[in-house]
Amino acid sequence: MTPLLQISNLTITPKKLPTRLLVNGVSFNIEAGKTTCVVGESGSGKSLTALAVMGLLSKQLQLNSGSILFSNAQAGVQDLSKLDIASLQKIRGAKIAMIFQEPMTSLNPVLTVGYQIGESLTAHLGLKGAALKAKIASLLEMVGIPAGRADSYPDELSGGQRQRVMIAMSIACEPQILIADEPTTALDVTVQAQILQLLHALKTRMNMGMLFITHDFGVVADIADNVVVMFRGEIVESGAKEAVLNNPQHPYTQALLACVPDAEGKKPLKPIDYSWLGHAA
Amino acid sequence: MSELILEANHLVKTYTQRSGRFGFNTTLVKALDDVSVGLSAGKTLAVVGESGSGKSTLARCLLQLHPFDSGEVIFQGQQLDQLNGQALRQMRQYLQMVFQDPFASLNPRMRVGEIVGEGLLIHGLGSSSEQQKKVVAMLKRVGLTEADMQKYPHEFSGGQRQRVGIARALVLQPKVVVCDEPVSALDVSIQAQILLLLKELQAEMALSYLFISHDLRVVRHIADDVAVMFQGRIVEQGSVADIYDNPREEYTRKLLSAIPGKATQH
Repeated sequence: MTPLLQISNLTITPKKLPTRLLVNGVSFNIEAGKTTCVVGESGSGKSLTALAVMGLLSKQLQLNSGSILFSNAQAGVQDLSKLDIASLQKIRGAKIAMIFQEPMTSLNPVLTVGYQIGESLTAHLGLKGAALKAKIASLLEMVGIPAGRADSYPDELSGGQRQRVMIAMSIACEPQILIADEPTTALDVTVQAQILQLLHALKTRMNMGMLFITHDFGVVADIADNVVVMFRGEIVESGAKEAVLNNPQHPYTQALLACVPDAEGKKPLKPIDYSWLGHAA
Repeated sequence: MSELILEANHLVKTYTQRSGRFGFNTTLVKALDDVSVGLSAGKTLAVVGESGSGKSTLARCLLQLHPFDSGEVIFQGQQLDQLNGQALRQMRQYLQMVFQDPFASLNPRMRVGEIVGEGLLIHGLGSSSEQQKKVVAMLKRVGLTEADMQKYPHEFSGGQRQRVGIARALVLQPKVVVCDEPVSALDVSIQAQILLLLKELQAEMALSYLFISHDLRVVRHIADDVAVMFQGRIVEQGSVADIYDNPREEYTRKLLSAIPGKATQH
């Protein structure tokens, strides 16, 4: 089976400083119905990789090399890194959707959430009037918000509800790939557990491929099928979840796993250990 | 049981909130509903609960940063809420706080040396050269350098900024430190460093911590006692081992089961 998304040898640098490799030779695949987790600390390039897939990189950055092959259900295999803006716009939101980290800042405060969910339905599917309203209502129900809240503004919702609205927006056009960039970092643990369950259920029901970015190995253990560990712009280890979590090969993965506190309090707290860098460099 | 250093009895705090169309109506929100907690000297009491459960309100009421409606707060035998302005200000030297967001809680226009030294200046502790020395020693203790005194907060990473926040709180040699989610804005890999630093400093300086968190993995490692809050009330209180091994309340069980990675932990 060909993977849904095939990222190969992706390299991102600032335009003014092409020697500084922010993302360096990154390759991995996303398969339909599977969740690939990208794990790493701040600044490891995980969000840049996701933005590159969406064609949303800042103007100061450039894709130096690499390809992002997407098996579009309608248009066949496309290289997202070479597409023009018009074709990208047809894919964004319709075929590949994204959930951002901060539900507080990623919704427009002056528009109702119903309107914001409807925007991509109108743009991509041409839905209008009663059909649009019915679809918005069913989407809200699907993510666990009463349909009546469609007329609410974002400030009237809690953080967890806002993230649910973001999820409803992203799955509105039934995308093939869902990219979630730390969707639960800003949320409470209890809400986080609900959102993770919701994402998992939706992914299974709609057979989406999911790219899930996080820095928390606890979340990885809950949701991932495959894991990609990034450090300073490079992939240091990747593989199936069980292999990476139970038998980490790279010293960085081991160090990162060691500093996650456990719920039983048996494991001593350990600061992250960079001593292996000395040998590697 | 060791002696209580900070104690709150029957705290009640209500907020009025605008509601209804255009906010013409008001509703009363009970942020604290008859809350009583006790912090033992030299120990860590963790207050856990979800957003809106009243954890931060409790912290602020304990430190007299918010007035409360009824109840009392006793610190070392003195009733804090009865103190007048000047006496309270003097007492604040012993009651310090480490804030959640290291990006928002440091003044961007002050140098780190000024930020850490400000408390000493306000309380008039020592001559300026002694203050200087204390600031340097404290910065070194939290893992920063003397040269960092001349830098501004934006020049530091999140973990380093939280170290500055800790230095600022501890330079006054407080007795009680309220840590309001000190690691929730940090990467998991940095969290452990800050937690270890807090633990070391607690042993060295005989500090008592009130530790607010919603992350039960973190609490398991740092706390001695836990108070679980839900909708302004404390639903369960006890030692860490008790609460984690035999949670009695439904809500505590729900919190514990929400810990990520628990199902598959090995």
